Amino acid sequence: MTSIIDETAPPLPRDASPDDATSSWLADLGTTLRSGAVFILLAALLFGFSAAEPAFANLGNLMSILQAVAVVAILGAGVTVTLAVGGFDLSIGAIAASSVMAASYAMIVWGLDAIATVPLVLAFGAFIGLVNAFLIVRLKVPDLLATLSMMFLLSGLQLIPTAGRSISAGLILPNGATATGAYDPAFLLIGRFSLFGVVPVSVVLMTLVAIALFVLTERTRVGRLLFATGGNEVATRLAGASTARLKTLAYVISGTLASLGGIVIAARVGRGDVSSGGSLLMDAVAAALIGFAVLGKRRPNVLGTIVGAVFVGVLLNGLTMLNAPYYTQDFVKGAVLVGALALTYGLGRGNS
Amino acid sequence: MPLLHVDALSRSFQSTRALAGATLTIDAGEIVALMGANGAGKSTLVKILSGVLPADSGTITLSGQTYAPRTPAEAAAAGVVTVHQSTDLIGAAGLTVADTLLLTRFSQRGQPFFVSRASIRRQAQAILDAAGFDLPLDRDFADLTAADRQLVAIARALANRADLLILDEPTASLSIAESQRLFTILKRLRDGGLAILYISHRTADLEAIANRVLVMRGGAVAGAFKRPIDFAAAIETMIGRKLQSARPGIRNTEGPPVFEMRDAQLRSDSAPFDLVVHTGEVVAITGVLGAGKSRLLSAIFGASRLAAGDMYLDGRLHRPKTPAEAIAAGVAMAAEDRHRSSLMPANWPGSSLAATISLPHLSKWYPHGLLFGGRERREAEKAISRLRIKASGPQAPIASLSGGNQQKAVLARWEAEPSRLLLLDEPFQGVDVGARYDIIKAIRSRSDRATLIATSDPEEAHEVADRILVIDHHSLAAVPHGTPSRLSEETHA
Repeated sequence: MTSIIDETAPPLPRDASPDDATSSWLADLGTTLRSGAVFILLAALLFGFSAAEPAFANLGNLMSILQAVAVVAILGAGVTVTLAVGGFDLSIGAIAASSVMAASYAMIVWGLDAIATVPLVLAFGAFIGLVNAFLIVRLKVPDLLATLSMMFLLSGLQLIPTAGRSISAGLILPNGATATGAYDPAFLLIGRFSLFGVVPVSVVLMTLVAIALFVLTERTRVGRLLFATGGNEVATRLAGASTARLKTLAYVISGTLASLGGIVIAARVGRGDVSSGGSLLMDAVAAALIGFAVLGKRRPNVLGTIVGAVFVGVLLNGLTMLNAPYYTQDFVKGAVLVGALALTYGLGRGNS
Repeated sequence: MPLLHVDALSRSFQSTRALAGATLTIDAGEIVALMGANGAGKSTLVKILSGVLPADSGTITLSGQTYAPRTPAEAAAAGVVTVHQSTDLIGAAGLTVADTLLLTRFSQRGQPFFVSRASIRRQAQAILDAAGFDLPLDRDFADLTAADRQLVAIARALANRADLLILDEPTASLSIAESQRLFTILKRLRDGGLAILYISHRTADLEAIANRVLVMRGGAVAGAFKRPIDFAAAIETMIGRKLQSARPGIRNTEGPPVFEMRDAQLRSDSAPFDLVVHTGEVVAITGVLGAGKSRLLSAIFGASRLAAGDMYLDGRLHRPKTPAEAIAAGVAMAAEDRHRSSLMPANWPGSSLAATISLPHLSKWYPHGLLFGGRERREAEKAISRLRIKASGPQAPIASLSGGNQQKAVLARWEAEPSRLLLLDEPFQGVDVGARYDIIKAIRSRSDRATLIATSDPEEAHEVADRILVIDHHSLAAVPHGTPSRLSEETHA
């Protein structure tokens, strides 16, 4: 019952009393503030941290913030796509972690170079996405359960080839042989090189992923159909679209992006650590959910996800510089998420 | 003293005045019908009376006392109970009829913590006896017909002392026989002293039971009609202009056959039937809820399968496995219940009027994949002027449109690209008389395709169709050409 128009009656006289004018002006201001809230807070944080700690504002530190959030932002973009089709991918953290192991194994045990390793790992992520989609679309397993089981499966699977050891040069294999390969220096550049000495490759990758997925979801026919699947699956099918194919696409994108995140981690760390990627899933989901509040969209959106990831990164970096202890980090992330969700769902309801 | 006296009641939503000084009275022991186009303020009035919304100004007096309920529970305690249109929400699968009848009682304070089956049955039977209904107490709620669900809702509403019963479109999904049963019960309740406020678009219903008709327009009561009720005048008051015959003449519809079904069986245990639809023809299929209307249309559209038999489109075998194949072959379908089958939720990408129209045509209109070029905006502008859609523009959120205009948008979606056969399942659900006229005119103005319409309302079928078929037990039986039903004669007299 917002603005239902009578079919034939002449327009109703509108009360232009000063009371109404003031309240609608206030309502407009409220809407503007709500949709810009995350940006306003982000600006306030940047300003506040720079004032409190001048070293915060230098270019190097800002780039290191972006580098720190790059992996979370890339995974979050994948989460956003699965949210758009009305699904959820809990396996992204495990895919990223197994991709770290897969990349290390490929180079150290099989002796592959960067040119072979990167496509191989991306294909691994895409394949896991396909399996997820098969479980969800074909076998009709509920998305949370399917990807949760996949998460378990992958966390276990990554330990098997090395009998639970982390992978670094000179790894002793389960059969007693010593691995002869090493990390390809070209591969390590993905995590350690900076364009013009300023912009890290991972930040460039994050930007490319952000642009590509933003265009895909918001400006293409496929993106419209992805959202349509999540918005009303019956209507999308009755409009002649294959929702099975669209969902499959979403999970493949999510899996591939997760393995790209894994590649970035592997290239930065330079070894295959069994415990890598612990909080990736939660951080990526949080970024996607904080994204709901950006521009007042109240729905998954890629731009929001990236801003959400950067927002958390800025906050954590600034607090660390101000000597906040490391163990407060999760609390800060949680508080931001709670605030963003309250902003998205709670405050916006009154006027709509 | 009247039972209920509503005086100058107003309520606004932002800049829209949904209710602008509505004044009316209802006496005990009468059935008052409330008519009005979509957006006339009927549902706002009902929401205020039932405690869902507060009024901005105006007063309500109930049995001489000031009445301003803040919650539905307060309204019920004061003796005003409401049965809403969608009665599938009053219970849930897994609950029996007895459970459903007692659901509101379970949530009241002071009820015992432990319940036994026997006590539930006893209390439920008492509720049914009080209302005078006969329903199977142990039947699962999910297995009830729409009519029985309606009765469960009414019985539950009357379980506690009630002075005023508000019914919102109670016959929307009932067959004629089921409606008659409901009317008998309502008349008995009225004769027992209950006041009933009855909201409906269906003049045949109102003719049958209403003591008085109130017509709302622009948020106020624009007219009151006593028996014998002049429905033509009531409808003219409601839509604010002269009533034209919504049926624009008999046309020559002897074009070549477009679509044929031979020895078709919707279910393996139903009787086989044939169906031929000609170019330019508008054929309506009527039948009670569950008779197989939707099943028939969805089989033609590839959303379900025929149990046996063949279909031919333009003489070629038509056997779509998915809606996409049916669309490619030239079949379009606007399915029943537009919110579930056609529209995107509010604030979601694709929830604008233009995107609602473009959804099935994206690959044709944007062959390169990028949504640039404004094709959907132009198509939406065309549809807005052709179908007289009331909207602020192509980017208007579909949720901001009234029911009739949403339905026009769904029709515009499937008329945006040429088709050979258009299937419309209950295209007049929640559509007022004015919008219905526009939709019928648009449907009947096309001679390049055939149109097959499923509706449970014979009056609607007669208004829109060249030919009416009746479906029963998942099989078709023809009705002789051009025989108007009694109902529609009365309405258009």
